Amino acid sequence: MAQQLRPSKPADKQPKIDWSRRQEAENFAETVKLFRQGKIDPDMFRRFRLQHGAYGTRMTDDYAMVRIKVPAGQIYPYQLEKIAQLSEMYSIGSAHFSTRENIQLHWVILEDVSEIMQSLTDVGMTSREACGNTVRNVMCSPLSGVCKDEIFDATPYALAIAKFMLRNPICQGLPRKFKFNFTCCEKHGMIRIVDVGLLPQIQEIDGEQRKGFKIFLGGGLGNRSFVGHQLEDFTPIEDLLYTSMAVIRIFDRLGDRKNMARNRMRYLVNDMGWEKFQNLVLKERAIVKATQSVIVKLNVDDSINEIKRPISINDESVSIPDGFARWQKTNVEKQSQDGFNSVFIGLESGDITANQLRIAAELIRDYSAEGFARNGFSQNIVIRYVHDDDLKSLYSKLLETGLAKTGSLTMASAVGCSGTTSCNLALTNSHRLAKEIQRKFLELKLDEDDDLRDSSIKISGCPNSCGQHEVATIGFYGGGGRHETNMFPNYTMSLGGRFDQGAMLGHHTARIPVKRVIPVILKIIELYKENKQSDDTLDKWINRIVNGNESSKIKSVEDIKKTISTFLIPPKIEDEPEFYMDYGSDTSYHTITGKGECAA
Amino acid sequence: MNDSDMPIIDSKTLREKIKDNSIRIVDVRREQDYQQGHITNAINLPLAKLLADDSAESIQKIAQDLGISDETSVAVYDDTFGALSSRVVWALQYIGHQDAKLLDVTYSQWKSLGFEISTEVPEIESTIHSVKINPEIMATAEYLEKVKENKNVVIIDNRERLNFLEQHIPGAINIPYRTLSTEGKILRTKDGMKNLLKNRGISEDAEIITYCGSVGTLSGLAYYALKSVGLPNVKLYVHSFKEWKNLEKPIDKQENADYWDLSAE
Repeated sequence: MAQQLRPSKPADKQPKIDWSRRQEAENFAETVKLFRQGKIDPDMFRRFRLQHGAYGTRMTDDYAMVRIKVPAGQIYPYQLEKIAQLSEMYSIGSAHFSTRENIQLHWVILEDVSEIMQSLTDVGMTSREACGNTVRNVMCSPLSGVCKDEIFDATPYALAIAKFMLRNPICQGLPRKFKFNFTCCEKHGMIRIVDVGLLPQIQEIDGEQRKGFKIFLGGGLGNRSFVGHQLEDFTPIEDLLYTSMAVIRIFDRLGDRKNMARNRMRYLVNDMGWEKFQNLVLKERAIVKATQSVIVKLNVDDSINEIKRPISINDESVSIPDGFARWQKTNVEKQSQDGFNSVFIGLESGDITANQLRIAAELIRDYSAEGFARNGFSQNIVIRYVHDDDLKSLYSKLLETGLAKTGSLTMASAVGCSGTTSCNLALTNSHRLAKEIQRKFLELKLDEDDDLRDSSIKISGCPNSCGQHEVATIGFYGGGGRHETNMFPNYTMSLGGRFDQGAMLGHHTARIPVKRVIPVILKIIELYKENKQSDDTLDKWINRIVNGNESSKIKSVEDIKKTISTFLIPPKIEDEPEFYMDYGSDTSYHTITGKGECAA
Repeated sequence: MNDSDMPIIDSKTLREKIKDNSIRIVDVRREQDYQQGHITNAINLPLAKLLADDSAESIQKIAQDLGISDETSVAVYDDTFGALSSRVVWALQYIGHQDAKLLDVTYSQWKSLGFEISTEVPEIESTIHSVKINPEIMATAEYLEKVKENKNVVIIDNRERLNFLEQHIPGAINIPYRTLSTEGKILRTKDGMKNLLKNRGISEDAEIITYCGSVGTLSGLAYYALKSVGLPNVKLYVHSFKEWKNLEKPIDKQENADYWDLSAE
C-alpha cells in the first residue's frame, strides 16, 4: 500500500525557557572594542570573554570558540537551523557537539562573537557562563524520561537548577568552574566524575513516596582525577536547591583561588578529607535553610511534554534499507514507553556540517513525537520518541545525508577532544585520532560485536581530561616522544576506567606512538578473544586484569604491556617517516602549546 | 548615495518595471535552467560566457548583443545567492554602464514569492554600447601589492573560513560570503551590514579591496554589500586569489593548528 496521507506538519515546539539576554551581545561588542584599543587589561578581558562563553583559540588572539550552552541537552529544530546558519556565516561551516551537551562554533573572529550572541537570542539560547569560573552547562542524561531503569525523570530539576544558577551573583566568580550532572540511571550518566552528580531516587518516608536524589560530590577529571562521594543516603527534592547552594557557598569560601592547577572543588574535598567536607555541607545546608529572609525555591516546571507522533507511514511501503539491522542494533535504544525508541545519531568526534544540521532539524520535526532532541554525552544527538513503525524510514533519510553511522551505542564511537584543531593546550591531534579509530572499527564491523558493546575509547590531546580518557575502558592522552633526534606524537594508554557505580580511573599502561594506537587496540581485542570466558565482555575482562582478578594467560597490566611491546619500538625515520607525523599533518612533529584558559 | 543610485533593485520596483517594459532583465544561470523558466522578459547570459573573455571589448559586445545601450536600465539575477549576478553587474559598470542593478532576491526566492515567471524568450535587437572604463572599481594584483600596506586600505577575503585560514593574501581579513546575506535576501539589512563593519572596525572612508577564490563572484557580492551601505571607495580584485597564487605573490597561513580536521565535510 502506498504511503498514507500525512497530516500537515505541526508548528515547531517552542522551548519553555529563554536562556538569552539581548543586551549581553552589545556589551560584548563594546568590550571587544575597548580591549582592542588597549583600554582594558588583557587578563580582565579574558575573564569577561570566558564568562560570556568565548574561549581562546590555538596560537592566535584573533579567533575564539563560542560554546553554546544547551541545558539538559534539550535542543529544538529551529535552534539547530540557527546554529547551521551561524556556522556558515561566522565559523567553519561545521559545528561541534561536545561531551557536555554544548554546541561549539570554532575559529570565530573575536569581533564577530557578538553577532553570534545576538542571533542566539532570536532562538532563546546563550553562551553565557559556558566557560570561565562559573556553573557550566547543567547536564542531564539524554535518556532521562525514557530510560527503562530510571525512577523518575530528572530533566525538570536539571532545567530548574540551570535556570537558578545562570547569571546568579553567587556563581559569577567561583574559584574554578563547577559542573552539575543529572542522570536517569547509573549506566547512562556521569554522576561520579563531576562536582555535583545527581541520581533520581524514591524513598518511603512516613508512609509517603518521596522524590529525591542520591547526590555525589567532589568528583572530576583533569590533570588529577577523583571519583565523587555520596553525600547522604537520600536527599529529598525539597533540599536539592539548599544542598546545591551550600556546596557552592563552601567552594566559594574555601576553594583555592591561588593555585590554578588545583582549584577545582575535588582538590578541596581531597585536601580536607571527605568526612570533614561532608559535615561542612550538611551544616551549611542547615544555615542556608535557616537564614533565608525570603523563601528561595526552585522553579520546577514538571508539566508533561506533549507526545504526538508527527507522521504516520505504513510500514509495508518502506523496504528494508541496506544496513538497517546493524544500525538498529547499534544506534537505537528501546524506550520505557511502548512502541517508542531513542535514536542515536553518531558523529565523528562530534562534528556536523551545516547542511546535516538542517536535515537533522527537519528529521526531528518529522519523526520525534516530542518535537525536540537531546544532545548526548558522547558527542552525539539523540532523537527520541521515534515510533517503531518509523525507524526504517528515518534510517533511510539519515543514510542519505551521512548521518546513519552505525555504532553510536558501542565502543566504535570514540570520543576525542578538539586537540590541535583548535585548543591552545593540545599536544596531539586527538580529534582526528578519534575519527580514525571510529572509521577503522566500522570498517572491521566491530560495532556489531556484542563483546565490545559496553566498552569505550576516549582520547584527550593532553594530560587534561576534556576527552574523558580516564573513565574509558581504553583511554589515551597525548604527548610527545623522542627517538634519537626526532620527535613523534604518542599517547599514554590507560585501561579499565569506568564512570558507573563501579567508577574508577583507568590504569596507566604504556606510551603508544600515535601510528600504533589502532594496532594496539586491535591487539588488545585479539588478546581478549583468546582469553575470554564464556559470557564475557571486553570491559569485564579488562576490569579483572586491572584489579588483579584474572586467571588466564594475561593476568596483569604488565602482561598486556609485554604483548604489545613490539609496537612501541620506533622505526628509523627513513624506513617509516609517517611514524613521526601526527594524523592530519604531513610534516614532522613538534610540540607547540599556547597559554591555557582552563584555569583563567 | 540616494536609494535610486544604489546598484540594487528590489522585487517591487522590478515588478513595476516589468509591467511597463522599461528594464532589461538578465538571467545569469545556465541555459537549461533559464529555459525551464525565468523572470518574465528576462534574457539569458550564462556567466561562463562572460568569464570566457572579460576584456572590455568582449563585455561591450555582450551588452550590445543583449540589447543594452548606454541608457538601458538593467537588472541582473541568479540563483547562486547573488554572487554570479554581482559579477555581471560589476562588469557592466566597469565598461561605464550607469544603470545596472542587482536584484535583491535570487530566482528561487522570486519564484517562491509567486512573482511573474515565464518560459518565453523575448526577442532582442542588438544595439550600441560605448566603452568608458571605470578604473576605480577594479584592483589588479599589481595595484593591490602597491597599496596593501597603506593604513587606510582594507583587504577583504570572502572565501570560507577554512580556505582563508589555509592561505590568504598577507594582511587580509576574512568576511565569508555567507555573512553577507540575510534570510530571504541576497544582502544583509543595511543596519546589519553597518553593524558588522563597525564591529570589525572598518571605517566608512577606508579604501576596500575585495577578493575571493578565482573569478570575483563571491567578492563581487561583497563589493555590492559594501556599496549597499554607501561605502564610496570599494574595488574588486577581479582575478582574485587564483591569479595571486599563479603570480607567486606572498601568502599567509594560520600555522600550527589542524583546523581542517574540525570539519565534518
